[in-house]
Amino acid sequence: MSTLDHLRNRDAILRISESEAENRAEVIDPDDERMIINMGPQHPSTHGVLRVTMELQGETVLRSKPVIGYLHTGMEKTAEDLTFLQGPTNVTRMDYAAPLFTELVYSLAVEKLLDIEIPERATWIRMLMCELNRMSSHLLFLATNGMDLGSVGMMIYGWREREEVLRFFEKVTGLRMNHNYIRPGGVAADLPDNWQSDVREILEILPERLEQFDVLMTGQPIWRDRTQGVGVITAEEAIALGATGPILRSTGYAWDTRRTMPYLAYDKVDFDIVVGTYGDTFDRYAIRLNEIRESMRIVEQCLDMIPKGPYRVEDRKVTPPPRARIDESMEALIHHFKIFTEGYKVPAGEVYTAVESPRGELGCYLVSDGGSKPQRMHIRAPSFVNLQTLPHMMHGGLLADAVAVISSIDPIMGEVDR
Amino acid sequence: MADVHDLKQKLGLGDAGLAGLGHNIFTAPIEELVKWARRRSVMPATFGLACCAIEMMATGTAHYDMARYGMETFRASPRQADLMIVAGRVSQKMAPVLRQIYDQMMEPKWVISMGVCASSGGMFNNYAIVQGVDQIVPVDIYAPGCPPGPETLLHAILALHEKIRTGELTERRKNTGKGAGIELSRENAPDAQPEPVIIRTGRR
Amino acid sequence: MSSVEASDGIAEGNDNEMPANTYADTAYDVPVFNSNGQIVLHPEIGFYEGLINNLLADGYQMCVDLCGVDYLKNLTRKLPNGTKAERFELVVNFLDLSEKRRIRVRVQLPEDDLKVPSISMIYPGAEAMEREASDMFGFVFEGHPDPTPILLPEGWMGHPLRKDFSMGRIPVQFKAVEGR
Repeated sequence: MSTLDHLRNRDAILRISESEAENRAEVIDPDDERMIINMGPQHPSTHGVLRVTMELQGETVLRSKPVIGYLHTGMEKTAEDLTFLQGPTNVTRMDYAAPLFTELVYSLAVEKLLDIEIPERATWIRMLMCELNRMSSHLLFLATNGMDLGSVGMMIYGWREREEVLRFFEKVTGLRMNHNYIRPGGVAADLPDNWQSDVREILEILPERLEQFDVLMTGQPIWRDRTQGVGVITAEEAIALGATGPILRSTGYAWDTRRTMPYLAYDKVDFDIVVGTYGDTFDRYAIRLNEIRESMRIVEQCLDMIPKGPYRVEDRKVTPPPRARIDESMEALIHHFKIFTEGYKVPAGEVYTAVESPRGELGCYLVSDGGSKPQRMHIRAPSFVNLQTLPHMMHGGLLADAVAVISSIDPIMGEVDR
Repeated sequence: MADVHDLKQKLGLGDAGLAGLGHNIFTAPIEELVKWARRRSVMPATFGLACCAIEMMATGTAHYDMARYGMETFRASPRQADLMIVAGRVSQKMAPVLRQIYDQMMEPKWVISMGVCASSGGMFNNYAIVQGVDQIVPVDIYAPGCPPGPETLLHAILALHEKIRTGELTERRKNTGKGAGIELSRENAPDAQPEPVIIRTGRR
Repeated sequence: MSSVEASDGIAEGNDNEMPANTYADTAYDVPVFNSNGQIVLHPEIGFYEGLINNLLADGYQMCVDLCGVDYLKNLTRKLPNGTKAERFELVVNFLDLSEKRRIRVRVQLPEDDLKVPSISMIYPGAEAMEREASDMFGFVFEGHPDPTPILLPEGWMGHPLRKDFSMGRIPVQFKAVEGR
């Protein structure tokens, strides 16, 4: 049986509209143990406003459907109203756990349309910040995953580690979250003095803490019982459903855009792709834990290999001049004014760029009509597509496993609903 | 006499003392005890929607620690909660859900609108976002920021505690059904904030 | 199936500058174009479903992204091989994991006929993406197993990402606050 037939015959998706679900929930058939229940959109599992309609037979989940749209912000429509320089402020709020990635993919798309090449130092700074962001996003996953499965202490530990990274982000970008740091043309500001010692401090503290997480969770029998064999998906199913990132890698398929279709300077650094075997929740947890270690390796290499130079492209039509120059030169003042009010014009065309975010393949499809605002901007959000694996993973499992499965997909509703 | 004054402040009797309360001498201390209990163990309902939820969780965990104010227990069930921190942007689809959760909470209840998206729609002035959660529920404290850092959220919580202590909020809610609508600013900060450092560049 | 080489007689450049008939090459029997180094196919609506099946057979295992674009203000853009530019476009991106290559498909759809065959039977991952596109633009995907709104509340009138749907901005009134 082909994968498609297999997916279809499993009949895991509860394809009814919300009003129909409400009506059916009121009909109680005493002979039929099946019932439709609703989980969310407000529930203690800290994954934002995700609602799951489930058809249960006793405790077993038969069919389910994730209902989304509770955080729909109209960001793609907003993007058509913002200039290309303002674009990152909007897209950064999609995936709010890993905002630098969405900024990166948007900036890469704009730079491709502009056909400019950014300086090497900017590329390395972007890579450093993105890998640190990957670390903080995976720490968030470990914290929320731990708490969902009962380990409230893990929530506290995960956030404690995250604070170290966020403190560095605040030093560099000015904000703890939603930084608007990676902009078309480079980055907003150079790294501050002594940043190497700050990063080295993070790299010194983390390995020991990760060992503690291993003790708390990886080897622990309760954790293993709750996660091993739960939410299994095969590689063919994941590819057919469009799932990427840790979900695809947990099935054993080694696809990581950083290695297979490198961007930035990932072909110059040495790191491993972490791959699972069984495609279950435990594999996804272990992959993310080890990806933190791999990101630390990349960050360490960045420390040594980052070149000196400008942190943004010198083209004054695209990046604003330094503030001090505005007092001195009329041209600088005019450029500054034009960039921030009208925006720079991007040649007409369309492009699709993709990066590997902590959740999977994050893409940006950008269409420009030659003006200063995008004609169309579409972000291919990994969580939106990954959520389609949810019914297939939950099928046949218990209700208690549903929480584990949702948590292991690590959806961020901001990017799901945009 | 400074000790008695401090003691009075601690007991919440303030400068007006017992005369400030509109009831008799026997129920007044009990009222104060109730207000003390209410503000020392506020239980927030989990209503994290978007990015502000991450900062709310950061406020609840070890580094900023809401537990020292008695608030680390986020109640999942709104029936058991008394504070709703609306953290994040409220979309048109979520608005009825928000109202339903608010209605399920028992009196006395308070609402902190965390972040600019909850306070006024934020940067998203468009078809999809409710322009301010005060269109749906009465808000007591507005905390600005995108997202507000944990310090701002703690400031909001302490301001709320202060208002609960004086009894102002429960009175107003009973009379008008409206929230207090207090906007956080430097002026009403409980402790002195450091002055911002202004950096000048250029030939000056 | 013919594989596409990026340098075989494909005109480079952007949509708006491309002259109409200098175009010689096709791939999978549909016009192909090189957009900023990326390969884009432009089938007519009738050839769409067949092309998708061909792509799957040729190794493009994953449908990465499906979205719509509204070109209300850009109807005079030039497209390869004289393809007629319509108001709406359906854009689908595919990824071949074993060969590490990407390809894009753009289908022109007129305003009055937004019916497209659904590819969710071929690529199950496109199901949610098609629901989003029909919410945002009004495409009607024939054969889609669950054509219900996904992002918008049920009963929402209009399609937000169309250019004639206003942003819905409300004027902001600044209230006079004492002390400021």
